[in-house]
Amino acid sequence: MLILNRKEGESIRIGDDVEIKIVSIEGGQVKVGIEAPRNVAIHRQEIYASIQEENTEAATLSKNLLDMLKNENNN
Amino acid sequence: MKISTKHFGQVEVDETKLLKFHNGLPGFEMYKTYALIPVDESAIYFALQSVEAAGLALIISSPYIFFKEYTFDVDENTKQELGLTSPDDVLVYNVLTLREPFKESTMNLQAPVIINLKNRKSKQLILNDQSYRARHPLVNGQEGGGSLVNP
Repeated sequence: MLILNRKEGESIRIGDDVEIKIVSIEGGQVKVGIEAPRNVAIHRQEIYASIQEENTEAATLSKNLLDMLKNENNN
Repeated sequence: MKISTKHFGQVEVDETKLLKFHNGLPGFEMYKTYALIPVDESAIYFALQSVEAAGLALIISSPYIFFKEYTFDVDENTKQELGLTSPDDVLVYNVLTLREPFKESTMNLQAPVIINLKNRKSKQLILNDQSYRARHPLVNGQEGGGSLVNP
């Protein structure tokens, strides 16, 4: 992993078209500005990971539960 | 065309109606093409079935059946990516995580699946709006209209 120091107002460029700017630093929080092409998806890592986990759990579905959904409206 | 499915064996699907997820789904990034197969007779629940992986299917449903007040913005990037020009062309489903007993089942309101009906381009959007979470209880939900379905 490449690690480098940046001050407030300084930037990092990744490839030809992604720029990450340190907007401000306050307390333990860093505010980051990101300029990237439209086709680059940007997410907070922990949120993307939580959606991955949720999808993975949703995909493990017991036959019982599926049968319940099928029959639900026939009662 | 005929495809193998997780829950229904071999199913005939209309090839022109398949959904195309350019980036796959979070957790299943490698699979891009899905069929929408009704689960129950009233077509409240659908299986979002991977065409490429028979063992992969998620159960989805319209969020408005359970959460009447659900709203979110589709960002400009996504509009361009899906070629969306009108709100009338968008179909929204959310993924259900079903559990036993049923009352512990949840809907993922943080990551709606949006479909452009005009070209079938689809995406599971991840909302930056912090008011929606990945696990909203389906039954006795605190938000919106609560639950209509209580088997």
